Amino acid sequence: MSEFTVDGEPLPFVPGQTLAAALVASGRVAWRTTRLGQRPRGVFCGIGVCFDCLVTIDGTGGQRACLVQARTGMAITTGEGDDECIR
Amino acid sequence: MSASGDLVVVGAGPAGMAAAATALDGGLRVLLVDSGAALGGQFWRHPPQQARHAIPTADLHHGLPTYRALCATLSAHARTGRLTLLLNHHVWTTAREGDGFAVHAMDRSRAPEETAVVLRAPALLVATGAYDRQLPFPGWDLPGVLTIGGLQSLLKGGGVAAGRRVVLGGTGPFLLPVAAALAARGAEVVAVCEAAAPSAWLRHPVPLLRNPAKWVEAARYAGTLARHRVPVRTRTAIVGAEGDGRVAMVRVASLDADGSTLPGTERRIEADTVGVGWGFVPQLDLLIPLGCDLADAGDGTMAAAVDDGQRTGVPGLYAAGETCGVGGAVLAVSEGAIAAVSVLTDLRSPGRPNVRRLAAKHAAVARHRAFARAMAQAHPLPTAWSSWLTDDTLVCRCEEVTAGAVRAASADGSASDHRQVKQLTRAGMGWCQGRMCGPAVHCLVARDQPYAPAERLIATPATLGGLAGLDESTTDHV
Repeated sequence: MSEFTVDGEPLPFVPGQTLAAALVASGRVAWRTTRLGQRPRGVFCGIGVCFDCLVTIDGTGGQRACLVQARTGMAITTGEGDDECIR
Repeated sequence: MSASGDLVVVGAGPAGMAAAATALDGGLRVLLVDSGAALGGQFWRHPPQQARHAIPTADLHHGLPTYRALCATLSAHARTGRLTLLLNHHVWTTAREGDGFAVHAMDRSRAPEETAVVLRAPALLVATGAYDRQLPFPGWDLPGVLTIGGLQSLLKGGGVAAGRRVVLGGTGPFLLPVAAALAARGAEVVAVCEAAAPSAWLRHPVPLLRNPAKWVEAARYAGTLARHRVPVRTRTAIVGAEGDGRVAMVRVASLDADGSTLPGTERRIEADTVGVGWGFVPQLDLLIPLGCDLADAGDGTMAAAVDDGQRTGVPGLYAAGETCGVGGAVLAVSEGAIAAVSVLTDLRSPGRPNVRRLAAKHAAVARHRAFARAMAQAHPLPTAWSSWLTDDTLVCRCEEVTAGAVRAASADGSASDHRQVKQLTRAGMGWCQGRMCGPAVHCLVARDQPYAPAERLIATPATLGGLAGLDESTTDHV
């Protein structure tokens, strides 16, 4: 079975799905909070324009989950501050 | 890595695919680059080739025979080596270089790894499409509220329906295929709220009569929606979303002629997912820094200004499809083919297609552009949409700037366009660089002019590590 991990938990996916599609299929709607109001964010535009769906992949932050194809063994971490890459 | 050819096409949607196919048939060497994992762009978004058995999406598409024919043509040219197809490549900037262009991309097929790539050619076609136009409303940033394009991309690209009980809203014909696709994948579409009045179409009978294929398409969606008992409510808008951590309730209301909500008509509908779209905004990020002129697209946005051969005013630079104004995939295919014929002509290539076929393409473009103009007039942004906002409604999702802050910045006359609002409030200064809030901020302060996006020198984030890997000494360009 194809799986990646989200904050240590295994998450199955269909090869060919993006990380966002797999996250949404698992019932998740939010996995990040905003810098100022700590507002929850998940997928919004789904096509790489809005940057709401950011995750950290294998330690690299600021990745748009809607654009990256899920691969077995990826370690996704969520919920981290989104400010480290732009300030 | 670097590569070169006669033509670089950025965007492998309907316009880019048609342009590449026509240019290749005419004998050119083409580099076709797209950020997606498969050919098709947003309209024909597909899972990667090897995943299509596991994620069937053919029933969600329209015009697939054209898509498959273009795929077959492109595959044949890829085998001869004249087509270089670069999927999962994100173009982050372009530059004039001598008589041609250098197109800088990041290969992100092994993301988060990035590999810098430079593509060079004397001709550049930008066919980067469009994205959903959004108008803010109270609660629009709650999880579970998506753009309708986002709902569609999850369906077509991943086979995933993002919710169980869905309300769609906004304006324009794109609401219907998304509602139909959601219903086909088992979601309950509780309501489709179309802000426009259907009678608006009666003011444009000629473009309707001249495009019977559009009737057939609309009838097909209407049939699907009727079968799934999806109610379509016209002159109605989503004016609020509520929930704790995710959307649980949607507020909808009837609109009067100017778009204000009619007192006493507001209803609350339980829903776990909301999809919203108010037409589209052309994606001009690569064109504006190259000096491409813009023109009023007639729908409240500016689009690339082109001649009848899809030439911009910049020598060697062409645009086709939604970058020239939103008008649909059939139009985009025709414009892409016409753009490629112009490239063949301008590069003095012998392989130009016959004149009669070209005349038919020009006639198709004229017909579909007329239809797009009628569509824009029949589906305008409601004049009074900002009356749905409270002062604490977020307008800029990234920097969390409220409608009150935007209004305060423009109230005393200190900000008269979205760039000045950005300087005063940070609206548009965050991750998305104003792509989401820009059209709305513009409407709040300068609604009488069409929206022109800010110039963005970097079209998508690129890491210094990725750039450092660009070793031009190992290039293979000819």
